[in-house]
Amino acid sequence: MKGMTIIVKNVTALLSGLIFLYGCYIVLHGHLTPGGGFAGGIIIAGSFILLVIANGIQYFRLNKEKEESSLFEGAGIFCFLLLATGGLFLAVPVFFKNLLPGGTPGELLSAGIIPVYNIFIGIEVAAALLSIFLAFVIFKTED
Amino acid sequence: MDSLIPLFVIIPLGIAFLIPLTWRLIPGICRFLPSTGMLAMVVIAFFMLFYVGGEAITYKVGGWEPVDNIPIGIHLVADGLSLMMLVIVNIVGMMAGLFSIPYINKYTGENYYYSLFSLMVAGMNGVVMTGDLFNLFVFLEVSVIASYALVAFGSSKDELEASFKYQVLGGIASLLILFSLGMTYWYTGTLNIADVAKVIRTGSEGSTALFIQLFMVVGFGLKAAMIPFHAWLPDAHSSAPSPISAMLSGVLIKAIGVYAILRLFFTMFNITIEISYVITTIGVLSMVIGVLLAIGQWDMKRLLAYHSISQMGYVMTAAGIAMIIIAKGGDRQVAALALAGGLFHMFNHAAFKGLLFLNAGAVEYSTGTRNLKELGGMADLMPVTSFTSMGASLSISGIPPFNGFFSKLIIIIAAVQGRFYFIALLAVIVSIITLASFMKVQRYVFLDKARTPKLADAKEVPFLMCLPMIIMAILCLAMSLMLIPGIRDTFLLNAVNILLSVIY
Repeated sequence: MKGMTIIVKNVTALLSGLIFLYGCYIVLHGHLTPGGGFAGGIIIAGSFILLVIANGIQYFRLNKEKEESSLFEGAGIFCFLLLATGGLFLAVPVFFKNLLPGGTPGELLSAGIIPVYNIFIGIEVAAALLSIFLAFVIFKTED
Repeated sequence: MDSLIPLFVIIPLGIAFLIPLTWRLIPGICRFLPSTGMLAMVVIAFFMLFYVGGEAITYKVGGWEPVDNIPIGIHLVADGLSLMMLVIVNIVGMMAGLFSIPYINKYTGENYYYSLFSLMVAGMNGVVMTGDLFNLFVFLEVSVIASYALVAFGSSKDELEASFKYQVLGGIASLLILFSLGMTYWYTGTLNIADVAKVIRTGSEGSTALFIQLFMVVGFGLKAAMIPFHAWLPDAHSSAPSPISAMLSGVLIKAIGVYAILRLFFTMFNITIEISYVITTIGVLSMVIGVLLAIGQWDMKRLLAYHSISQMGYVMTAAGIAMIIIAKGGDRQVAALALAGGLFHMFNHAAFKGLLFLNAGAVEYSTGTRNLKELGGMADLMPVTSFTSMGASLSISGIPPFNGFFSKLIIIIAAVQGRFYFIALLAVIVSIITLASFMKVQRYVFLDKARTPKLADAKEVPFLMCLPMIIMAILCLAMSLMLIPGIRDTFLLNAVNILLSVIY
């Protein structure tokens, strides 16, 4: 698979950055607007998947990239667990404790620790979806 | 003390996510992480079992306090029954984890194996501990999705087919369970098990609750592989790597199937005569048909898988008898005896069936086959495997002084006292057929002369595979001691009282 025509490649190159930014926006505003870590992570993964579809499988030198994405996945979910456990070991021994101050509802820096959870969920979901996609692509080419 | 409760979920999850990160640096340590973590959880569970006694500790995740006496947030509950299940799950998990270290060496992708293994244990621990219906569903999915991948771990044709079959039927089961939970939420407006119980018990209308219960019987029955729903089990349990078979047969079908049925039906719903008859019928059918299907098998692990159906049938029958007695307003003592027998048999089954699957794995590891017609004469070549497997076989067939004898005896006594003479007779006959089929295993695998010349090269398995088998064999004997007064109260009667306390 050598990829699609030059028009598609150029348009994808322009768009994928914007899609990536939009995904980050969804992740960061998870506690204010609909969406959140999961939805934003899917969109971030979508921007990479679009690049692979348009440019062909050689674009990422795939085998190596797949290892890294699953490493990110492990790291993301492990940090999430560390945050949740952090509540258990700090002053108030409660699993999943909201450690940070709440702030004013409606502002970007509010809701305590929930935005931080959302960021790690976003990393985890993006890496996981990309791993699944790349696994399919690599499986298809090895066949 | 309270803050120890979430550790049962944190430790296995942490190990599962740490292994992919650190595998390249320290693979040797990573191999021992799952079994070490489970050893820690066994110690914590034992400690809490003695500390908690007959009470129940509720832990509110996130520190969310009830509003107007309506619980919000997720509750984790540690009581006699759930702690006993945790002990069983983590002991069998620890043994399977140790056994895996030499066994899984020949496969590629070891790091994924240990990650998925820890995830499966985390899911089971969560299901056992949770006090929230939707959380139960989430943890159930965590453990079964990990087990789908583990069944297909060898990735040959048979294993993929078995895994696919397991996924389709498991997916249907999850759908039915989710639907029943949705119905429960619609009917009661809450998902906390204790709160749902309050609403359902005070409610007048019974037909909605009956509808929900039927969906749950089918859904959890599929997960527990009771007889009309058993099609996935023989394939999945015989194709998985042997330590995983030991986990699936030894604890998974109990934790997410039978335990869930017992917990939800005894503590959440009013026990009605209709559902009691359904459960008893399913139990008796599994008990009888499972053993009849098992005796004709020539694949060692397939034979053991069918026996799992049959032995779980004993547990369901005992629970069904207890439910019928309660629904008819009969003698409380007999109901408690039947339930104690059922729970005791469930714990025992984890020990001896886990051991039998490990034995099958050891035989397969040394000889490369598990076809009974090709084996023979292993008793001289593999003394540890042969000796432990003899203990487990005696235990599952109900020969004193092994643990299987006492639990079957209690179930039969309870059936006779409750005037279920036919069920008692069937239980005795099934036990005799079980003995016959395990005499077949012993003769064809261990006692006869070798049937193929290549078997002469077979050696005893490495130490790390022998050690779990020896410990499990000791457990098969030592669990009989659970009937001694004093020990009985802590381990068995607390669990029974937890289930009956809501009713009486």
